[in-house]
Amino acid sequence: MKRFLSFVKKEFLHIFRDVRTLIIIFGIPVAEILIFGFAINTDLKDARIAILDLSKDATTQRLTNKLLSSGYFILEKELQSDNELESVFKEGKVRMVLVYENNFGQKLQKEGKASIQLLLDASEPNTANMLHGYTTGIINDFMMKAYPLNQQNIRIIPSVRMAYNSELKSVFMFVPGIMAIILILVSALMTSVTITREKELGTMEVLLGSPLKPIQIILGKVTPYLLLSLVNVASILGLAYFVFGLPIAGSLVLLIAECTLFIFLSLSLGILISTVSKTMQQAMLISMVGLMMPSILLSGFIFPVENMPDILYYLSFIMPPRWFIEILKSVMIKGVGFSYIWKETLILSLMTLVFIFISIKKFKIRLE
Amino acid sequence: MDNDKSIEIHVRNLVKKFGSFVANNNLSFDVYQGEIFGFLGANGAGKTTAMRILCGLSHPTSGEITVAGFDVYKQKELIKKNIGYMSQKFSLYDDLTIAENMELYGGIYGLSRKQIKVRIGELLEKLQLTDRQSTLIADLPLGWKQKLAFSVAMIHKPRIVFLDEPTGGVDPITRRQFWDLIYEAANQGITLFVTTHYMDEAEYCDRVSIMVDGRIDALDTPGNLKNKYQVQNMNDVFIKVARPDFFSQQYTVSSSHLNNQIN
Ligand SMILES: Nc1ncnc2c1ncn2[C@@H]1O[C@H](COP(=O)(O)OP(=O)(O)OP(=O)(O)O)[C@@H](O)[C@H]1O
Ligand SMILES: [Mg+2]
Repeated sequence: MKRFLSFVKKEFLHIFRDVRTLIIIFGIPVAEILIFGFAINTDLKDARIAILDLSKDATTQRLTNKLLSSGYFILEKELQSDNELESVFKEGKVRMVLVYENNFGQKLQKEGKASIQLLLDASEPNTANMLHGYTTGIINDFMMKAYPLNQQNIRIIPSVRMAYNSELKSVFMFVPGIMAIILILVSALMTSVTITREKELGTMEVLLGSPLKPIQIILGKVTPYLLLSLVNVASILGLAYFVFGLPIAGSLVLLIAECTLFIFLSLSLGILISTVSKTMQQAMLISMVGLMMPSILLSGFIFPVENMPDILYYLSFIMPPRWFIEILKSVMIKGVGFSYIWKETLILSLMTLVFIFISIKKFKIRLE
Repeated sequence: MDNDKSIEIHVRNLVKKFGSFVANNNLSFDVYQGEIFGFLGANGAGKTTAMRILCGLSHPTSGEITVAGFDVYKQKELIKKNIGYMSQKFSLYDDLTIAENMELYGGIYGLSRKQIKVRIGELLEKLQLTDRQSTLIADLPLGWKQKLAFSVAMIHKPRIVFLDEPTGGVDPITRRQFWDLIYEAANQGITLFVTTHYMDEAEYCDRVSIMVDGRIDALDTPGNLKNKYQVQNMNDVFIKVARPDFFSQQYTVSSSHLNNQIN
């Protein structure tokens, strides 16, 4: 164990001494999240909305005034009936329609709850998401001030419907996608390069001649990258959550466990690549062209898999990130438990085992 | 060789094939404790191949081989603990300091923190590099790197050290210093197994073997070999063993030269 630890320490020294490695490991994930996040994020101001007030009482009037005076919304149109809902969206004039139910004020007083429906045009998902957030915020604020004492008992229930894009795809798509790409970059590309580097330099020969077992050498090479990948998972989730308000609907433990599985998969891919490449350049090329590009293109990160031509669609089945992104979306956005993603998890686990198996075979042959 | 010295490396009928290509063809030799054994041969003769087998890095196709008393088929781990290996390629990490490289290999060979400290002190003092221990390997001249690599290969006080062309590309003065280190190790009872392309270095060995196309064609002390082939230095021994046609060729060239001049 001590032999192993001195080896791991050396690997960390390599990483922390090389500026390029540091940038790839820590700079790129943060930069990508920020770029994607802010590119999509625009400040919400003067969003056009319509209101369908089926109640027309004092309470709805006060709430409407409060919303409109916030500065975020401009009232484009007051609707008179349900029939107008569809056309007003189709015309593209408004981003959101607010529907007060019948006898809104009365219900609130008597039953302690009343509902508002928020209809959002989610073809620009990020805007829709922000509108939703701002509106509920203002409604909550309104309730606090109007009924400061018995908040628990009196509630306005906003029900939300996203039109056109019920899952709010692209906003949340970029986080799982980036997660997958970053983990492949750090765990697969970087490990394949660092292992090949030892081969190219000739130090691998000396390591193999030492009492370290081959398995210890490989584990020693990948352990630091496993730890750094976990740091990346934490920083990506942290940024997404705190800076961009991405909700994590499902279990955080499950999420991290799935990420760890994918890290193992990427590490085993990295090891596999290193067993087939002789030089660092070769390892880099295989990782980039053979792994990163198909991962980006075929995983559903950029192009939805459902819209692909048949052959690419079936090809996407063998891309590990496709399953991983599926898992992330399910856990983060839909908030489902393990019973809904066991199939994808099984696929990733099997892939990992296959890669490890082939790597061991290749490594043995090389030693002959 | 003195009979009171024990055998450290025992090789009988070592064969190594890559597919149908025979890289080591029936090698047999013994190396004694404390001996400096020169393992000569032209490029591609099969030196590195044989050395890797002796170090437990590769399996022989057949043959009976023990190193430090351990069997290369079954006791690779024990062999590895008892030998040091300086490969043909440079083996230190450029981005680590002298001390960090030594700590790494000390750690890998299972020395305690304290032992490592002591060994680093000793080795650096011998190389007169004590005040340079925080220098990156990348900032050192090649000669120093090679001497350091040799010291690092001995950090765990192995019984046998294998050196594969340790002085490749180094200037003559540094090579001389390097051989002083080798002598010193031999005097401490360490067995040295050295390949080289420099024939002046062959003169420094206790015994040398000369490999040609995977076979050992000559094996004796440098003195005996020079007597046997009736030449003044090891370079000519090597040429006579490895390229028997070389001398006659030289004569043909010079005689045709003469003819040209006459015409
Ligand atoms: N893994 C291998 N597979 C196939 N052939 C190999 C392998 N390793 C070495 N060889 C071949 O075996 C022969 C001997 O190689 P080796 O490296 O042992 O020579 P060498 O004497 O060390 O030469 P040099 O002085 O150039 O280092 C060469 O022809 C080489 O191409
Ligand atoms: Mg060689």
